[in-house]
Amino acid sequence: MPRNPLDGRGRLRVRGFESDDADGDAEAAAATTPTTDRWRRAWTRFRRDHAAVAGLAVIAVMALLAVFARPIEVSGVVVQPVALAPYDPGASGIAPAYRPPSLAHPFGTDWAGRDVFSRVLYGGRYSLSIGVIAVSLALLVGVPLGAVAGYVGGWVDETIMRLVDVLYAFPFLVLAIALVAVFGQGFWKLVGALVAVGWIGYARLIRGEVLGVSERDYVLAARALGASDRRILRRHVVPNAIAPVIVQATLNVGTVVLSAAALGFLGLGLQPGTAEWGSMLSAGRDTLVGGEWWVTVFPGLAVFLFVLSINLVGDGVRDALDPDADTDTYREAR
Amino acid sequence: MSLRRYVLRRTLLTLPILLGVSVLTFGLVKLLPGTPVDYVLQFQEATPELRAALRAQYHLDEPIWNQYLLWLSDVLHLDFGDRVVSDRSVTAAIAERLPETLVLGGAAFLIALLVGVPTGVVAAVRRGTFLDEGSRIVALAGIATPNFWLGLLLLLLFGVHLDLAPVIPPVAPLLAPESLAFLVLPSLTLGTASAALFTRLTRSAVTEQLRQEYVRAARARGLDERTVIVKHVLRNSLVSVVTVAAVQIAFLLDGAVVIERVFSWPGLGRLLVRAILQRDFPVVQAVVLLVATAVVVANLLADVLYAWLDPRITY
Repeated sequence: MPRNPLDGRGRLRVRGFESDDADGDAEAAAATTPTTDRWRRAWTRFRRDHAAVAGLAVIAVMALLAVFARPIEVSGVVVQPVALAPYDPGASGIAPAYRPPSLAHPFGTDWAGRDVFSRVLYGGRYSLSIGVIAVSLALLVGVPLGAVAGYVGGWVDETIMRLVDVLYAFPFLVLAIALVAVFGQGFWKLVGALVAVGWIGYARLIRGEVLGVSERDYVLAARALGASDRRILRRHVVPNAIAPVIVQATLNVGTVVLSAAALGFLGLGLQPGTAEWGSMLSAGRDTLVGGEWWVTVFPGLAVFLFVLSINLVGDGVRDALDPDADTDTYREAR
Repeated sequence: MSLRRYVLRRTLLTLPILLGVSVLTFGLVKLLPGTPVDYVLQFQEATPELRAALRAQYHLDEPIWNQYLLWLSDVLHLDFGDRVVSDRSVTAAIAERLPETLVLGGAAFLIALLVGVPTGVVAAVRRGTFLDEGSRIVALAGIATPNFWLGLLLLLLFGVHLDLAPVIPPVAPLLAPESLAFLVLPSLTLGTASAALFTRLTRSAVTEQLRQEYVRAARARGLDERTVIVKHVLRNSLVSVVTVAAVQIAFLLDGAVVIERVFSWPGLGRLLVRAILQRDFPVVQAVVLLVATAVVVANLLADVLYAWLDPRITY
């Protein structure tokens, strides 16, 4: 910015009214509307983290590939006609079994003569949607329960947190496996098992935060003004306590996708034969000895790439929302 | 409060958790569709007399809380009943598999500590250098790699292409040289993610310790850097690492379930997965209960260790 108080045409420059003020970055504007600008400021910080932006880009590309892999029909009407995957991921015998990668089949074919490339593209639909849906639903269960426990205290807190303590004793995957064993296989049952196991982490985390935030003066002030508990919790306590939960949830999308893939690999996730990344590896051991490496390498690479990207995004979100914290304290809390 | 009273109190607090764990494990099986008799019979036809006999044998005509108490008293005597798929007792099957998982988990744990802690110290001491960035990237990759995929890739590379390692476990006693040689790949696979976590954790703990006054004091006294790091900084950093190490048990058990399948390692995880596929629910119940109890005990040990290592903590 030139120091000259006159603009190019010789008139006095009046600053501060420009819509895209190059000088006033989001940090300065934050003083006026703290609630909305907290998120804008976080976004500004996030964008500076190149690794996180790259991770977000990879996830976006994978999501697009999954959506446009095969046409999508909603009750008979084709809403998405594009088919990037050259073959139907479920169709067997489109080529001889175990063909190594070639131009026609870039990732080769599997034991049933299915096109691995098409299956990997399509498989993103399962992994990505399971990750996002399971984490969102777990948040919807864990955040209200944990927030109420921390805010109300007393026997409500005791009841909820003792349940959390008990569930915490079960390792994530072992409990998920046990639940799938009881309730059976299938997309929504798998999601249900991952939610039942996943909410406890968020409940624990937000309860601790709420305990701290509830002591703040602005909560006291809101109460003095006669705001209801419900309003205080929603408008004042939870928004100020949610940042670590969002960081944890982002990182957990990776954990959930890994767990879902592990369940698929064990043959306990979706129906066997589904084009899900983990399930595609369940025949892996037998193919290794035969030297059919492509059946193992490509689906696993997709999981790896996705989880790595989501971890980069999670680190970026953490730096943006909660700059003082250390990611490793989040990881430790699984 | 003295340490002794703290340990006692903390131990008593685990009892209700263990009770809750047992209720949940018992209740889980009650949620199964169909009656338990169907599962014992493997859904085959049976005469009403046989069904009635089985109902009596499993106390299924009693009220549910009585069933729970009977089950609990059996469990406390380490009696989990008979397997559905064979006449062997569940306890015998578990006793056979448990050492396999303990050896695998122990080896992985050792690898994770021996790789993770030194790497973390180096990364913290050489902060901002190529070594630090490199360890960060490797750790991120280690956390993001699906463990079963890593296992399959290692098998592919060392077992098939280089032909350096056997692909299936040798028929030999658990601690025989062949078995231990076979264990290298599975324990590396299982330990990788934990090693990555230990690296990051040690790095942040050491970084924090390096900011403390006593480090400057030690350097001012003219101690050489190695002594400062190893004798002072590392010792203080290990307090937080040790507590997390105990919590890693749950993580390793999760991993073992998957890794054992990859390497056909005959441990608890394989028993659990196979029991689920065979609908052998007494085994599922027993393994889940055992694993959860192990985690509760590990957490108890972590808290006690933490209190013992850091006398400043007020409980």
